[in-house]
Amino acid sequence: MAETLLFNALREAIDEEMARDPHVCVMGEDVGHYGGSYKVTKDLCEKYGELRVLDTPIAENSFTGMAVGAAMTGLRPIVEGMNMGFLLLAFNQISNNMGMLRYTSGGNYTIPAVVRGPGGVGRQLGAEHSQRLEAYFHAVPGIKIVAVSTPTNAKGLMKAAIRDNNPVLFFEHVLLYNLSEDIPEGDYICALDQAEVVREGKDVTMLTYSRMRHHCLKAVEQLEQEGVDVELIDLISLKPFDMETIARSIRKTHKVVVVEECMKTGGIGAELIALITEHCFDDLDARPLRLSSQDIPTPYNGNLENLTIIQPHQIVAAALDLKAGRR
Amino acid sequence: MTQELTAARAAQTSIPGPAASSEEAGSHAVRLEGLVPAERASVSRDEGLMLYRDMTLGRRFEDKCAEMYYRGKMFGFVHLYNGQEAVSTGVIRAMRLQHDWFCSTYRDHVHALSCGVPAREVMSELFGKATGCSKGRGGSMHLFSREHHLLGGYAFIGEGIPVALGAAFTSRYKRDALGQADSDAVTAAFFGDGTCNIGQFYECLNMASLWKLPILFVVENNRWAIGMDHNRATSEPEIWRKAAGFGMVGEEVDGMDVLAVRAAAQRAIERARAGDGPTLLECLTYRFRGHSLADPDELREAAEKEFWAKRDPIKQLALRLTDMGLATAEELKAIEKEIDAEVADCVEFALAAPEPDGSELTRYIWAED
Ligand SMILES: Cc1ncc(C[n+]2csc(CCOP(=O)(O)OP(=O)(O)O)c2C)c(N)n1
Ligand SMILES: [Mg+2]
Repeated sequence: MAETLLFNALREAIDEEMARDPHVCVMGEDVGHYGGSYKVTKDLCEKYGELRVLDTPIAENSFTGMAVGAAMTGLRPIVEGMNMGFLLLAFNQISNNMGMLRYTSGGNYTIPAVVRGPGGVGRQLGAEHSQRLEAYFHAVPGIKIVAVSTPTNAKGLMKAAIRDNNPVLFFEHVLLYNLSEDIPEGDYICALDQAEVVREGKDVTMLTYSRMRHHCLKAVEQLEQEGVDVELIDLISLKPFDMETIARSIRKTHKVVVVEECMKTGGIGAELIALITEHCFDDLDARPLRLSSQDIPTPYNGNLENLTIIQPHQIVAAALDLKAGRR
Repeated sequence: MTQELTAARAAQTSIPGPAASSEEAGSHAVRLEGLVPAERASVSRDEGLMLYRDMTLGRRFEDKCAEMYYRGKMFGFVHLYNGQEAVSTGVIRAMRLQHDWFCSTYRDHVHALSCGVPAREVMSELFGKATGCSKGRGGSMHLFSREHHLLGGYAFIGEGIPVALGAAFTSRYKRDALGQADSDAVTAAFFGDGTCNIGQFYECLNMASLWKLPILFVVENNRWAIGMDHNRATSEPEIWRKAAGFGMVGEEVDGMDVLAVRAAAQRAIERARAGDGPTLLECLTYRFRGHSLADPDELREAAEKEFWAKRDPIKQLALRLTDMGLATAEELKAIEKEIDAEVADCVEFALAAPEPDGSELTRYIWAED
């Protein structure tokens, strides 16, 4: 069986869900004729027509708000952020309306919408195109946040996000679109709120998401040779965290390191470690470690960029230290 | 503005008393006086009384809100609608309730009432009670009712406009993508003059016209955005003219004359239902009270307030109904009495209503709960 590229896995998921439910529609910049800036909606416009795959003007705040209104009145829109960073312009609609409106309305309305697109630090894209908005949006009540990392979970999570009756912020990563692997056939769905245990181990719990999963995998390979048995967990759900899976792992390893691509201050790991401290304090044999990007705008220069985000060798060093009780 | 037009207009307005000269009353008044006399909607007796009832309810409900606010029964920012009733009633009551969609701002009590949300539910919401239309979670600026197709009260300037656009998009989508030939719901989005300077307004005019969406952008131009004079905030004060830049029909109308608003709304609704796209309808109006109940309202000139008070839309309608022989003064009095009873009842109901259950604090965050 041919392998599937991650962007095609997403495309398949959207295609299947659009075929299954005519209320599912796509809106965003260049999603139609152009097929999406990362080809996630390639040819869907031809197949489903220009209303169901709607090319919008460059007006993030308004087309995101339009998706809110469409969702309130019965459609199931998928909004593409051409780059997730552009959704800073839609912060108001995502926060006030997608996130808060169901509550503020006392349950009058539900907003079954997906906001998806590429995030993360790419290769020398400059500060503005290298943002990790999952951290900025983390405090917004009423939205679910997921981050995909493989073609398989991309497909299963996209289908789940479209079927969910709540607003879902769906983070893809610019550097992962061309990953490929065999993906399950048929109506494959992943749970939106479940972490994925990528590798079982007994020495150290390593929590990560999105592209950093692949940096961690590199580190784990080396750590295996150094005799450190890592339990690698891909968080998948950034909100809410799957604390059950996380706590179970920490009860086994008693040590935890978070590896993330967002900045340290106000990051995903900040909240995660606070929760771990609250829930798993007595199970910990060492203080939790946090490997995050520097608190700076991502620089353009390649070396500086590499220094900004965590590299596999730093993950190796941290895990070795944790196991040896040096940190 | 020609002398003849002014004279024609003065002759039409049968409200007695010396009219403040519009020069003194400011630019907004000058503009109103200069409007070409509008064609008014013709109404049956029943329709006329329905409009009168709706406007009177709006007015008396708001007066009661002020009283309750000062008695400490409601809190937060409360924006009253007094003076602007002809817009809510003129537009919403020309539309199909529970079929068309309505989107408001923080100044939303009266829009909600015109949509048919029971006064009991609105007053309860203002008291923060469990029986409120938003279950006590929303408050004055966040009234919602799915049952009555009220998309909501939105507290941030401009943010309701894209939401309304989405509802209009759904109408078109149902018709053209889902093949529901009878999908003809029209959406009305209400907002103020100050809101016409924010990006979302322009972005949505563009998309609405581009896709010929069935929507009315209803500007309630009351000259003021809190303390900011409209003329100091915008490069083209005649908002309806901005429609032309988007290839859209724009219209200005006397927003103190409910029959004129109704006629303009009917034209716009007809266009929208026929698939001919959106309309930008600028209603020249005025708020009789401060921006909110926390506003001492010291900035606006007395002459301006006087000018507009003389054009009280409810008094104008009363005169028109009696002049046309559609109702007697006694009948209108009887309606006012009924409304007073309804307002008293809604207060009583809201006072006695239960507080939201504290154990349900986190309910309504997720669709499943
Ligand atoms: C984004 C945003 N900025 C500022 C405010 C504060 N604010 C509330 S009402 C208002 C004036 C709005 O004036 P206008 O649009 O004319 O409506 P009106 O109050 O006259 O009905 C302002 C500045 C707000 N609510 N939202
Ligand atoms: Mg105003």
